[in-house]
Amino acid sequence: MSLVKVLEMASATDPGLVRSHNEDSIAVDADIGLAVLADGMGGYNAGEVASGIAVSLIMSEMQQALPSVDPHAAGGVSGETIGEVLLRDKIGRANASIFQAAISQPQYAGMGTTLVAALFYDNRVSVGHIGDSRMYRLRAGQFEQITRDHSLLQEQIDSGMISKEMARLSQNKNLVTRAVGIDPDVEAEIHTHAVQAGDIYLICSDGLNDMVEDEEIGATLGMLEANLPLAATQLVQMANDNGGRDNISVILIKVLSEFPAQGGWFAKFLSWFK
Amino acid sequence: MAKLILSLDGAVLREIVLNKERTTIGRKEHNDVVIDNLAVSGDHAQIVSILNDSFLEDLDSTNGTLVNGNPIKKHFLQNGDVIEIGKYKLKYLNEGAAAGHAAEEFEKTMILRPSAHTPAAPAPNRTGDDTLVNTPAYSPGREEEMTAKVAAMPAGHLPVATIQLLSGPNAGRELELAKTLVTIGKPGVQVAVIARRPHGYFITHVEGANFPVLNGKVLDAQAHPLNDHDVIELAGVKMEFFFKSE
Repeated sequence: MSLVKVLEMASATDPGLVRSHNEDSIAVDADIGLAVLADGMGGYNAGEVASGIAVSLIMSEMQQALPSVDPHAAGGVSGETIGEVLLRDKIGRANASIFQAAISQPQYAGMGTTLVAALFYDNRVSVGHIGDSRMYRLRAGQFEQITRDHSLLQEQIDSGMISKEMARLSQNKNLVTRAVGIDPDVEAEIHTHAVQAGDIYLICSDGLNDMVEDEEIGATLGMLEANLPLAATQLVQMANDNGGRDNISVILIKVLSEFPAQGGWFAKFLSWFK
Repeated sequence: MAKLILSLDGAVLREIVLNKERTTIGRKEHNDVVIDNLAVSGDHAQIVSILNDSFLEDLDSTNGTLVNGNPIKKHFLQNGDVIEIGKYKLKYLNEGAAAGHAAEEFEKTMILRPSAHTPAAPAPNRTGDDTLVNTPAYSPGREEEMTAKVAAMPAGHLPVATIQLLSGPNAGRELELAKTLVTIGKPGVQVAVIARRPHGYFITHVEGANFPVLNGKVLDAQAHPLNDHDVIELAGVKMEFFFKSE
């Protein structure tokens, strides 16, 4: 089932004002309902290589796999949906492929990437993430972060050492505790959320949320939701106006209407008689 | 590496480098910083350092610990903070934060091996050798130098502009453009946004079949700079953009 008419997607990526190249990679496909963002790290151009491998591998393998399955059907041992199983599987493959490249070619040694991959199906979204790239949701005026960073700072906030307000002053931003491609295996954190018509989802690299306060990001989305591409470029511009110290990438997904899975039990039941 | 400058009545007594995960301050001999004064408790306070950040904690001392004049129990130290214990002062200096260069180095996302690090409040005497994997070969002297202190600068020192409606039922009303973004128009019909940026104000079309008219000229989808006394026409209403002279 194509989601082109249900999901409006817009994106923007920019090197920022300080870095000479863009180590972020993004890809969206409204047809299969998938958005992927990766923020690479590593010397020279290794960061771009890592994020590029992650995004293109996950996107192309999902495009191949999805048409022949029902992502909402149960598929995993612990009651996971096929959508979740696919995400976990493809993230694992991206990890293996980056890790292989990193150990076989000296110029890529130690490269890695953060990742957010969001798959929309059956009135829900399954989000797999690793590292400090984020997904937010704007619903009925409420702007909320729905991923939890895998970072030292987040751990300090969780353990109560430092308050959320004080975290802005921390010198220990940008230290991630999990990344794709640095170990033979990686554990993706995968959660599935119910989706409502009118929701706007934002996936971004830390170049946005380090430079622009959450409150301001939410207000901007609320004001410009009628023009998603403008909202995306506006967010990038705000990060640059505040200093643009890192690469900035933004993916926006607006849910235009509900999209329950078709071909449920009734359709299957009918097909028996054909 | 962050450090403390211990002084009494303006005279510097010693300098303490915060190279341990836990630096203790008190009257008793076993402390890292021993202050032999009766106003200081035996175990008065401690500073926990994690990479570039340091946290000061008062250990239920009799006379308390002040930071910049305010009593604290727990405090996230910032460069230049002055800690007061009795009559003694300890100035906290974090060169990394001050110079901006070390901070800049940290700007690049790096991976911290989970195995080398415990998230809970650190236990005493743990060796502070958190390993940074994949530290990118950072070559200074590129254009990255300029970054130093541009962090989160609000929309600059641009004077605040105002919009006054010239026609329509609300003619005469003014709208101050103090926020980064202000939308004007009728949702669903025609909306434009005015963005306040460090170097000026810009108007951009958001929605609607018609584009805004600026000084009699129809705009395109791009952002356009606004000048003092520009006249905007939007959803059938004329308005003037101007900078208020104080």
